[in-house]
Amino acid sequence: MRRPLAQRLAHARRIAAVLLSSQYAYMLEYRAEIVLWALSGVLPFIMLGLWSAVDAGGGLGMSSLQLARYFLAAFVVRQFTIVWVMYTFEEDNLSGRLSPYLLQPLPLVWRYVAAHLSEQATRLPFVVMLVGLFFLLYPAAFWWPSFSSLLLTVLATLSAFALRFLMQFTLTMVCFWSEKASALERLLYLPYLYLSGLVAPLALYPEAVRNVAFWTPFPYMIDVPARILAGEPVPIGPSFAAMAAWAALLLPINLLLWRRGLRHYSAMGA
Amino acid sequence: MGRYFSTLRIFWIASLTAELEYQANFLIELVATAGNLVGSIFVLSLFYGRGQSLGGWSWEGALVVLGVYTLLEGVTSTLLQPNLSTIVAHVRTGSLDFVLLKPIDSQFWLSARTFSPWGLPGIALGAGLIGYAAWKAGASPAPLTLLAAALMLVASLLILYSLWFVLAASSIWFVKIWNATEVLRSVLVAGRFPVSAFPAGLRAFFTFVVPVAFLTTVPAEAILGRASGPWLLAGGIVAAGSLAVSRWFWQFALRFYTSASS
Repeated sequence: MRRPLAQRLAHARRIAAVLLSSQYAYMLEYRAEIVLWALSGVLPFIMLGLWSAVDAGGGLGMSSLQLARYFLAAFVVRQFTIVWVMYTFEEDNLSGRLSPYLLQPLPLVWRYVAAHLSEQATRLPFVVMLVGLFFLLYPAAFWWPSFSSLLLTVLATLSAFALRFLMQFTLTMVCFWSEKASALERLLYLPYLYLSGLVAPLALYPEAVRNVAFWTPFPYMIDVPARILAGEPVPIGPSFAAMAAWAALLLPINLLLWRRGLRHYSAMGA
Repeated sequence: MGRYFSTLRIFWIASLTAELEYQANFLIELVATAGNLVGSIFVLSLFYGRGQSLGGWSWEGALVVLGVYTLLEGVTSTLLQPNLSTIVAHVRTGSLDFVLLKPIDSQFWLSARTFSPWGLPGIALGAGLIGYAAWKAGASPAPLTLLAAALMLVASLLILYSLWFVLAASSIWFVKIWNATEVLRSVLVAGRFPVSAFPAGLRAFFTFVVPVAFLTTVPAEAILGRASGPWLLAGGIVAAGSLAVSRWFWQFALRFYTSASS
C-alpha cells in the first residue's frame, strides 16, 4: 500500500537532509584536500594569460575585459560542475563497500549526488576567496551580474552539473563489467576539455568547429553558464532545451545499464 | 653504481610483467595521449590561425615546445607518478620502515621502483613531434646543437623530477599532500606554450617560482639551435640546484619520520 503523497514528500525531505548534513560533515573533514582540488582548476587563468597577451594586438572580437570576465566565470562554473562519481564508485565496487550500500532502502545514486553537492558547499568559501583575490589583482574586471542573470547562472550551472553527472554515471556503469573502467573517463574528458570552453570561449573557435561543438553536450557544461554569468548574450531557451534533450537521451540508457549491471553484479571476488 | 643498474633492470622487468596484465589499457592510453595532442595542436591553431603568434614563436617552434611537454607528460606517467604516488601509502602504513632498512639508497628505491609502460605512447609521440617540427623549422642537426638539446632535456627532466619528489616527500609531515601534485600538474600545463607568450607577471612566475620555462621553453630553444650561453648555464644551474635540494630535503624529512602511529 502506498502512503499519501504528503507523507512521502516529508520522508524524502528528511532523508535528503540527513544525507546532505552527514556528507557535508564528512567533506569538512577533508577541507584541505578540497582546497587543493579547487586550486588544481587553474587552467582558465593560464589560458586567460595567453589570450590577453595575444589580445594586445587586438582583433579578437572580444575585449580584454570580456576575456577576463569569461575566464573567471568559466573557473567558477567549473568549480561547481566537477564530477568524480566514476572514481568513488569504482573504489566502492572494488573494495566491496557497494554491497552494504545496495542493501539500503535508498537508490544508491542519491548518496553520490549528496556527496557531490556537499563537496561543492565545502568549496564555496574558498572559491569566493579566489574570486576576491582575482578582483584585487585585476580591479578593472570587476562586475556585478544582475539578479536575473545570477539566478539563470545558478540554474544553468546546476543543469550543467546534472548533465555531466548523468553522463559520467552512465559511463560508470561499465564498472559492473570491468575493473579498470575509470580509464574510459580519460577518453570522455578529452572532448570535454577541448569543446566545453575551458581553454577558450567558443566564440573564438572557427565557425565550423563551433557549429559541430554545439551539437555535442559539452559547450553547455562550461561555455553557456559562464557566458550567462559574464553577461554575454546567450540564447537561453535553446540552451536549456538542448541540455534537457541530452538528459532525456542519457537517462533511459543510464537506467537500463543500471538494471543490467545490478543483475550482473555479484560482489567483488565472487 | 653497477649494482644500481642491475637492480633497476630487475625492478622494471618485474613491473612490466605485472602491468602487461592489462593490455587494453595500452590502447586507451594511446588514444588518450594522441587525442590530447590533437586537442593541444587545435588550441595552438586557434592562436596562429588568426595570424597572431605566441610570444614571437613560429608555428613550428611552438610545436617543438608542445612536443617537449608531451614527452615530459609521458615520463611523468611512466616513472614519476607511479613511483612517487606510493610514498604517501608507505608513510601512512609505516612500510617506509622496510624501505629505509634496505641496503640501497632510499630515494633511489622510492623514485625508480616501478615502471609503467602506459606513458610510453606519450614519450614516442612527443619525440616524434619534436623531430618533425624541428625539421620543419629548419633546425640543423649540428653536433653542438644536439649536445645542447640533450643537456637541456636532461636538465628539464631533473627539474621536473625534483619538483615532484619534494612535493611527494612532504607527505612525511602531511599525509594529505598527494593532491598537491595535482595542483603541480595543472600549473605545469602552462608548459605547453612558450613562456614568452604570457604577460610579464605570469612569465616571472613561470620562470622563478615554478620553473616551467626551464621545463619546455629552454629545451625547445636548444633544439631549434637558438640556445644562448646564459640560458644554457641557467638551465644547468637550476637543474643541479633542484636535484641537490631534493636530495637535502629527503634527508631533512627523514629526520622527522617516526614510523606509523608514533
